Amino acid sequence: MKEFVEGSHAVAEIVRLCKPGVISAYPITPQTHIVEDLAQFVSDGKLAAQAVNVESEHSAASVVLGASATGVRSYTATSSQGLFYMFEVLFNISGLRLPVVMTCAARAVSAPINIWNDHQDAVSLRDSGWIQLHAEDIQEAVDLHLIAYKLAENKSVMLPVMVCMDGFILTHGIETVDIPEQAQVDSFLPPYVAPYKLDPAAPITMGPLVDPDYYMETRYAMQETHKQVLELIPGITAEFAKTFGRQYNGLVEGYHIEDAERVIVAIGSVCGTVKEVIDEFRAKGKKIGLLKVSCLRPFPAQQIYDALKGAAKVAVIDRALSIGSTAPLASEVKAAFFGKKKAPSVISSFVVGLGGRDITKDSIREVVKLLNGRERNGEFIDLKPELLKESYE
Amino acid sequence: MNKNLFVSGHTACAGCGQSMAARLVIDASGPNTIIVNNTGCLEVFSTKYPESAWEVPFIHSLFENCSAVASGVESALKFLNKKEGINVIAQAGDGGTADIGLQALSGMLERGHDILFVCYDNEAYMNTGVQRSGLTPFDSNTTTSPAGSKSFGNLRPKKAMPEIAVAHGIPYVATASVAFPQDIQRKVKKAFSIKGPKYMQIHVPCPLGWRHDSALTLSVAKAAVDSGLYPLFEYENGQLSAVRKLPQAKPVEEYLKMQGRFKHLMGAAEEIKKVQEIADGNIKKYGLRDQISGN
Repeated sequence: MKEFVEGSHAVAEIVRLCKPGVISAYPITPQTHIVEDLAQFVSDGKLAAQAVNVESEHSAASVVLGASATGVRSYTATSSQGLFYMFEVLFNISGLRLPVVMTCAARAVSAPINIWNDHQDAVSLRDSGWIQLHAEDIQEAVDLHLIAYKLAENKSVMLPVMVCMDGFILTHGIETVDIPEQAQVDSFLPPYVAPYKLDPAAPITMGPLVDPDYYMETRYAMQETHKQVLELIPGITAEFAKTFGRQYNGLVEGYHIEDAERVIVAIGSVCGTVKEVIDEFRAKGKKIGLLKVSCLRPFPAQQIYDALKGAAKVAVIDRALSIGSTAPLASEVKAAFFGKKKAPSVISSFVVGLGGRDITKDSIREVVKLLNGRERNGEFIDLKPELLKESYE
Repeated sequence: MNKNLFVSGHTACAGCGQSMAARLVIDASGPNTIIVNNTGCLEVFSTKYPESAWEVPFIHSLFENCSAVASGVESALKFLNKKEGINVIAQAGDGGTADIGLQALSGMLERGHDILFVCYDNEAYMNTGVQRSGLTPFDSNTTTSPAGSKSFGNLRPKKAMPEIAVAHGIPYVATASVAFPQDIQRKVKKAFSIKGPKYMQIHVPCPLGWRHDSALTLSVAKAAVDSGLYPLFEYENGQLSAVRKLPQAKPVEEYLKMQGRFKHLMGAAEEIKKVQEIADGNIKKYGLRDQISGN
């Protein structure tokens, strides 16, 4: 049913329809509306879950870890410092191979404290073993939660999935969203049956001490599973399309990319702005396109290579840094071309919209303009030089 | 008692008090139990892959989160309508309880989960090589509170962890000692007869960290109780309901002199007096000589 709703409410609705048995989260802006709505659903008897109000994100992640280990579908949500406070638990959840799903309302990290959107929180978790999906708009955020549970609980996957949606822009934005019917959700996402769980009828030990004779294989297995996930996602999105009628690639999606000479690569809600700018250029006959990366982990390097190998110039937009090195997405896009015969002559890296600085059409036009010149490495767009004059020297 | 649920073959040190107490706890709880264990000696010596000493479902996650993981386990069982008849135990060492695990424990107690938390109190971080914790006793010589020419060791008395648990308004709090095995099992059974969060703190000597002969574990533990330094008591619904009486408490020196961690106090009468004052304070506070019903 189509509803004109806030992004957080839409996500809460889809989580309710996924019927998690245990929900646990801790308040943090801009994630909070999601769990407020879920708490109300529980209070109103619309969701039969146990909602556990914890004293920290560390415990929120630990509660869903315990619930998932007991064989129950579990859900949490967080943002920024909350995600960082969960850090060690998140590695633990993936290492224990538990199919938890989390919403990350992507937000800048402190210091200085800033509650607005960029991708530094989510991107910093890229080595955690979590599958990481990024939404462009609210509808996609809703749909990715269904895809996330389907993927996480696949018996050959059994890994947690983080659905990232841009804080405020998507969590607090209002759009017309198609919220599926319960029967549709049930047919796409059957009840979770855990292949292993804490059960006195069949005792197992989870989380044992693993010494050098055995540890490497556990990490290798996760790495191999991520490779498999790249092959599984298109099948799941195809099944999704059959049930719900909406098409997603799930890994990368092109926009006017087939004949594009210049391509912008981006993640998340900024893709909407990029598309508008591309439309303007296309109207003037300029062959510019967009490659949206929907899945940051596993990283679809081959799909990115295939999509960009014919382009002359590529601009990668990062909304996060790897301070002291190349911006994260740019670094990985560049790596996808190493040793390949076909490659763009320029792969420029741009940093935009940190800490919620507006990314306007002018910001994107500036990226396109700079792409015409020499290769850029981490060029900041919309920087205010007048703010950089202070010094303690 | 049926079969042991914590079986031999694990790699605990000879004379490990914690391994004895852990077996008493799980055997009293029975096979319908799920254990959530913080990082520490117990998890390390009992679950070295591909072996496990546990005959019940057991999960170890991190150093400080067993209370929260157990909260998730308990909530999942409630969701499945399977909580009735399944005991959930969250267990940790003293550091995992009173220091790094305190926040998660407080959350678990405050939320009212039906879980028994067991703190195996060997009074320092033994797994990492005898560093002080919030439950390390006054004047104890540890690797991070070493005795020296300007120090008698640990500067502060033990954190009042049982009282912190009581302050959460939970229905049952008890201390116990591995020197009194039947008392441990009685308290575990009593705890599981009560719905809601329960806290038990069991004194478990560590021969390596306390530096006593591994054959003397139970004697050392008993000496701690007999001196008044480790009072055994129960709080039910916030009220002190039972204590182990000490009609004739023994001088603390008899307990201290058994252990290398207090060796530097021998001959330091002023310091021993301070330790005696702690024991005397316990005897008074818990009425260990009073005529109230005890066990």
